[in-house]
Amino acid sequence: MKLRRSMLFVPGSNTSMVCNAFVYRPDTVMFDLEDSVAVSEKDSARLMVYHALQHFTYEDVETAVRVNPLNSIYGLLDLEAVIRAGVDIVRLPKTDCVEDVLDMQEVIEKIEYKIGTSKKTKLLAAIESARGVVNAVDIARCSDRLMGIALGAEDFVRDLHTQRTKSGSELMAARAQILLAARAAKIHAFDSVFSDVKDKEGFEREARYIRDLGFDGKSLINPNQISVLHKIFAPSKKNVEWSLDVIEAAENAKEKGLGVVSIDGKMVDAPIIARAKWTLELAKASGMLGGDE
Amino acid sequence: MNKIDKSAYAGTLESSDAFIEIKPIDQDEIRIELHSSVEEMYGDDIRDLITKCVQELGISYISIKVQDKGALDYVIKARLQAAILRANQKDKIEWEKL
Amino acid sequence: MIAKQDIIDKKRLTPKNSEFFKAKIKNNNNHRDSKICSSIEESIKRSGLKDGMTISFHHAFRGGDRVLNKVMDVVAKMGIKNLTLASSSLASVHDPLIEHIKNGVVTQIYTSGLRSKLGEAISRGLMEKPVQIHSHGGRVHLVKSGELVIDVAFIGVPVIDKFGNATGHKGRSKCGSLGYAMTDARYAKYVVAISESMEDYPSFPASITQDQVDSIVLVDEVGDSSQIGEGATRMTSNPKELLLARRAAKVIVNSGLFKNGYSLQTGTGGASLATTIFLSEKMEEENITASFGLGGITGTMVYMLKRGQIKRLLDVQSFDEFAAKSLGENPNHIEISANQYANPSSKGAAIKQLDVVVLSALEIDVDFNVNVLTGSKGLLRGASGGHCDTAAEAKLSIIVAPLTRGRIPTIVNRVNTIITPGNTVDVVITDQGVAVNPKNSELKQRLRKAGVTVVEIDDLYKKAIRICGKPKPIKYSDEVVATIRYRDGSILDVVKALA
Repeated sequence: MKLRRSMLFVPGSNTSMVCNAFVYRPDTVMFDLEDSVAVSEKDSARLMVYHALQHFTYEDVETAVRVNPLNSIYGLLDLEAVIRAGVDIVRLPKTDCVEDVLDMQEVIEKIEYKIGTSKKTKLLAAIESARGVVNAVDIARCSDRLMGIALGAEDFVRDLHTQRTKSGSELMAARAQILLAARAAKIHAFDSVFSDVKDKEGFEREARYIRDLGFDGKSLINPNQISVLHKIFAPSKKNVEWSLDVIEAAENAKEKGLGVVSIDGKMVDAPIIARAKWTLELAKASGMLGGDE
Repeated sequence: MNKIDKSAYAGTLESSDAFIEIKPIDQDEIRIELHSSVEEMYGDDIRDLITKCVQELGISYISIKVQDKGALDYVIKARLQAAILRANQKDKIEWEKL
Repeated sequence: MIAKQDIIDKKRLTPKNSEFFKAKIKNNNNHRDSKICSSIEESIKRSGLKDGMTISFHHAFRGGDRVLNKVMDVVAKMGIKNLTLASSSLASVHDPLIEHIKNGVVTQIYTSGLRSKLGEAISRGLMEKPVQIHSHGGRVHLVKSGELVIDVAFIGVPVIDKFGNATGHKGRSKCGSLGYAMTDARYAKYVVAISESMEDYPSFPASITQDQVDSIVLVDEVGDSSQIGEGATRMTSNPKELLLARRAAKVIVNSGLFKNGYSLQTGTGGASLATTIFLSEKMEEENITASFGLGGITGTMVYMLKRGQIKRLLDVQSFDEFAAKSLGENPNHIEISANQYANPSSKGAAIKQLDVVVLSALEIDVDFNVNVLTGSKGLLRGASGGHCDTAAEAKLSIIVAPLTRGRIPTIVNRVNTIITPGNTVDVVITDQGVAVNPKNSELKQRLRKAGVTVVEIDDLYKKAIRICGKPKPIKYSDEVVATIRYRDGSILDVVKALA
């Protein structure tokens, strides 16, 4: 599974951000054509993102675009542009039910067929309402294009008739539901943005919290949050050492033709080996084991 | 289609961006007025880029004023195309040409 | 050795006939205030300044300097011409010099830096004689080697006493270290100290001392405190600068030099300052303290000194008010002169004990040469500073710069102007990769092992060009407008006028 700890939001109307976001090496760059772009700039931002997606600086980065809803006059044009430009993931705006995903999927399939691409654009659904949270289980398993579901907290708390708090208790139910739905469907779960860029401690607290809950990662609005998040998601040294032992034991067993892998007399099964491999990947991506952060 | 219907603009004056204004003219030419923060280094390249970009869309009879704040080529292209699409409001966009 | 007998034999040396003795009788007590002049003009008259001489200034007040322009206006009004101006550096506040150059008051300049309209005017051929650009260490060398003979030094100081003892870390316009002025005070033939406030005699400790000062003038203000530390110390929130800083800290930590007792110099500028912060975190984690921090001192360095992470600061120039204040309060924050800081021919320049220096750059070329003086249009708009001095002497010299600034490439095929030769640069850190000078293969291996992406500098150049496009070369004429003097006085490069 690809690492997706950090998903950096880049407003499609912010030229400087569009031109520089790749430098920060988030796991995914997500250009936004929806809420962060003024109505008068929708067309211009769409063209900007269209060209950025094809620029060589985004060759080695996973890209996503948050498009406008299909029921707006921008949605279809956004999709035409970004699919043609070869985006990896389309992030749906507000997703309330299975139909929202399937409708989007249908349009994308048509465009892909029309332009004759073999690329199968992935989908990411943003859950931003009580209805969406209730339907999360069905949404998560409704399409094989869906690579993950994400919580959009700002709209969600409004729908819930409450507001964001430091403790995050207003999001407790939604986070749990989204995470369980994603895990049951074996797709990624992403937490919402932390919007107070200056509150470094608050961000770290929330990042540790959602890591412990089991989220794969988080949407980010500021590049400065990336390294902090990656550090928090880095495995412990002890865990890395243990994983190295596991892999070594597995390789030894394979060499000797043994069916059973064991460390210090304890049996190690396939899921544990897979987990160890994952830990080592994560370690490399976190600047440990000779990887670059 | 080798003319634009009306005047239009796109872009901003922020650094790394370009502000592009276009208007239709009576002569069959691509008239470019460039003010660039990187004129000495890239002025000629930018004028070439704009000419090529406009020609690809089959447009002439156009005056283009560019205030460039060090925008990369693809940014200039995006802003220019946005201005042209705004000047020629059509239902269908020919993405292949952009 | 002169034998005692010889002295006694020489009649003119008997006490009663000595000049000293006569003066004592003539002046009774008035001479106690005799250094004080009523105006700048009077001090200039007393100094004997004439056409063709050399005058000097220091740049500790940076953009807030109120001394140089004031003195130059008086000099011009007095009709003195054809002067050599030797300021340790020049800032944008000194643009009025353009008029004095046009009017023939100043015909030659020695400085570390040139900026703003003055830099542009000189780039376009304002002066007949090329400006001599020197490093901070190189300036002292030029003075001591006899090329740069200062006839009259005008030394602005925030606080002074009536006999000439002056410091920089007190008063309304405190600037901190007077490291550059100390050289002028010691070597100039005549020293005019210009201040805005007078303390009771004796005012000690003093950076400029009574035995060095000939005249004293009091003026309304010597500096604008709001601009003395302008911009230098603000902690950046620019993500690119923070990225560079994190990477620089990682390189230092894995350089093999990061151990107890190491020493460090960082410049101003966002990335450099932030590097200090990240290093401070790492030092805390690994329980490492530095023996000294050197150079232009910033608030972050002071913070580390206070926390015991750095044992001593050697301060030739205080970049902000935190540094200026600390210099007066903390006994481990020590003022040093430019000679003690960086002069290559000094008996002991602190840079010769320095482990790590973090420097910035306007341009770096594929041979690791660095330009910190001329901008992308070929205009003079920077300063040599201690760049080449520290790069040459530190065990590890690190250049930190973004690969591109907007559409302007930082990594180029050949720098417009060489200030620091590539063979003194160890590593270049950009936001899109780290390049190690091939001469330092050990460092390359260390960094690779630590997980730093090390790339070839040619690849960085290619990437910069792929992003920005290949720039058209700057068109120069044949006229030389500035000569770049390396720290030993030799000519390293020239800057030509724009065509």
